Amino acid sequence: MAHIQLKNISKKFGSHAALKNLDVEIADGEFFVLLGETGAGKTTTLRVIAGLEAPTTGEVLIDGERVNDWGPAERDVALVLQQYSLYPRYTVRENLEFPLKSKIRATPRAEIDEKVARVAKVLRIEHLLERKTDRLSGGEMQRVSIGRAIVREPRVFLMDEPLSALDAKLREALRTQLKNLQMNLGATFLFVTHDQVEAMSMGDKIGVLNEGRLVQVGTPQDIYSRPRNTFVARAVGSPPMNLLDGKVEDGAAALSRAGQTLPLAGELNGSVAGRDLTFGIRPEDVRLAAGAPGAATIHDIEDHGVEKILTLHAGASVLRATVSAQTRVGYDEQVRFAWDPDKVHLFDRVSGLSLRHAS
Amino acid sequence: MAAVRTPAERTLNRLAIVSVLLVTLIFLAPIYWITATAFKPRNLATTVPPTVMFEPEVSPFVKLFLRRSQLRAAPSEEEYAAAPWWEQMVFDGGEKVVRSGTGEVRWSAYPDRFMNSLIIAISSTVLAVGMGTLTAYGFSRFKVAGEQDWLFFILSTRMLPPVVVAIPMFLMYRVFGLTDTHVGLIILYTAFNLSFSVWLMKGFIDEIPREYEEAALVDGYTRLQAFFKVVLPEAATGIAATAVFCFIIAWNEYAFALIMTNRRAQTAPPFIPSQIGSGLPDWTVIAAGTVLFLLPVAIFTFLLRNHLLRGMSFGAIRK
Repeated sequence: MAHIQLKNISKKFGSHAALKNLDVEIADGEFFVLLGETGAGKTTTLRVIAGLEAPTTGEVLIDGERVNDWGPAERDVALVLQQYSLYPRYTVRENLEFPLKSKIRATPRAEIDEKVARVAKVLRIEHLLERKTDRLSGGEMQRVSIGRAIVREPRVFLMDEPLSALDAKLREALRTQLKNLQMNLGATFLFVTHDQVEAMSMGDKIGVLNEGRLVQVGTPQDIYSRPRNTFVARAVGSPPMNLLDGKVEDGAAALSRAGQTLPLAGELNGSVAGRDLTFGIRPEDVRLAAGAPGAATIHDIEDHGVEKILTLHAGASVLRATVSAQTRVGYDEQVRFAWDPDKVHLFDRVSGLSLRHAS
Repeated sequence: MAAVRTPAERTLNRLAIVSVLLVTLIFLAPIYWITATAFKPRNLATTVPPTVMFEPEVSPFVKLFLRRSQLRAAPSEEEYAAAPWWEQMVFDGGEKVVRSGTGEVRWSAYPDRFMNSLIIAISSTVLAVGMGTLTAYGFSRFKVAGEQDWLFFILSTRMLPPVVVAIPMFLMYRVFGLTDTHVGLIILYTAFNLSFSVWLMKGFIDEIPREYEEAALVDGYTRLQAFFKVVLPEAATGIAATAVFCFIIAWNEYAFALIMTNRRAQTAPPFIPSQIGSGLPDWTVIAAGTVLFLLPVAIFTFLLRNHLLRGMSFGAIRK
């Protein structure tokens, strides 16, 4: 297994810069998730590591060795894609054998059979081995393509949204399987996704990408509770963090668009006074309570069984609150709300950078 | 296709079937005509109105393969009786079979010309499709400086009728000693078809997701191995369609074959009409030559018909 390092990687396509001075380090045996929207540069990063794309500047290191000039075959990485990941016209068995039969590996027949059998057993696709790939369901296809990746025991697994094309239930099941697989193999995984739930639930570490730049790297907990800026704050959490414009006045948050003043707790750095700020509060830290300082109208109610997600209109602001399913509220009802003053994040409104994390 | 349910749909369906039959009939009519003529006795070939009912005979085919000359005097009865059935057919037409000094029957040039057609059409098709596929792959997968200009330039070779350049081509060919050679016509037809083949194949290869090859590259294969193992099988449909088109064009080409060749490398198209026979045109022999000439294309197309049907519906290769 391997350790990957990207040093100051930039990639330009014509005049468009897909990646800008990217520095990433993925430890041996780590499940690293790159999270970002479409066009953020996730796939490009993956392709640069795989050797399918040469970086414009910067170095790619695998196990400390500079591999910029190596072809994809020599890098010994495996790739699982969202679509088109299996060779058409081949059976499942032929697909699994394909990487083992390449000249650089030239695995003996007996070993091929043994490896294919083992992988098929792990992924429970033994009954599909003789089937043509176009006769597989989406979930089976992705299991086979994961199988094709693990059968050759590569140094690194690169996965490009492998679960995105699947339906929700299957996605959840495969998520667990994939995570277990990674732990059993002790393999280094780089997993690319736009789905924050996938990122949070699978990753040992998450890197948040925005427009070709790495905004923040950290454990899921880090990213969730200590977002470096408003972009990260919005990127993780479902529903995302509420961001409200305002200023600090007399040690409290004066929300300009909501037209309300809510309390803050803890020490406030002197520099925040009078500055244009964005206050961030997670929906689960917003409470409804009689006599609370904030006033709002219920605009929408989503009942998720274990909880309700409310959309509140407070002045000109919209905020979401996650409350217990037992909360009885109706549409257009006037309610009072409060936030947990310890859980309020402060961001600079202009740069979006975090000034104070929740305690 | 949706099942037929309402009466209106049924009527529409029947109408469609009738029109398909009608169109098929229109397309088959000339083929019927030429085939019928190939089996007619010579005196029934050009009657007005055309003879529909006749006793079919194979004499046109026999004559097609034999070298003949006009009979000065009718053969004697013993001579006629001693002759084999095919020679009698020639006698019946007022001609005799040409024999060599040792008495061996001389064949007509038709088999040779037919062979020339096969050699030239197959070689040029293989070359045009092979080079076209590789070129199209390059254009499809790599960043080629001035790609659009190159493609336009390639297409521009088809923007004028080829015959326009026949004279300069002929002069060039004479200097290089390529007139009346197989290689000469193969080069010519390959050049005709190449631009067509590049454009058609580019369309097909663009449709093949590059993820397949990239997966093969990552799996430890070289670009060339990935091309042969992954891309080529996927492109089979497109290759088949392109090959049929190229083959038909090379097989049927007339003008250049007429100008550039006269004996050794002459193909069947300019040869068949020259077989007017001795004396008045013998349309039955020409028809027989034409019918045989149709067969290779028909067989080739028939063998590739499954690919063709899919190849014609561009973009439908894979969702």
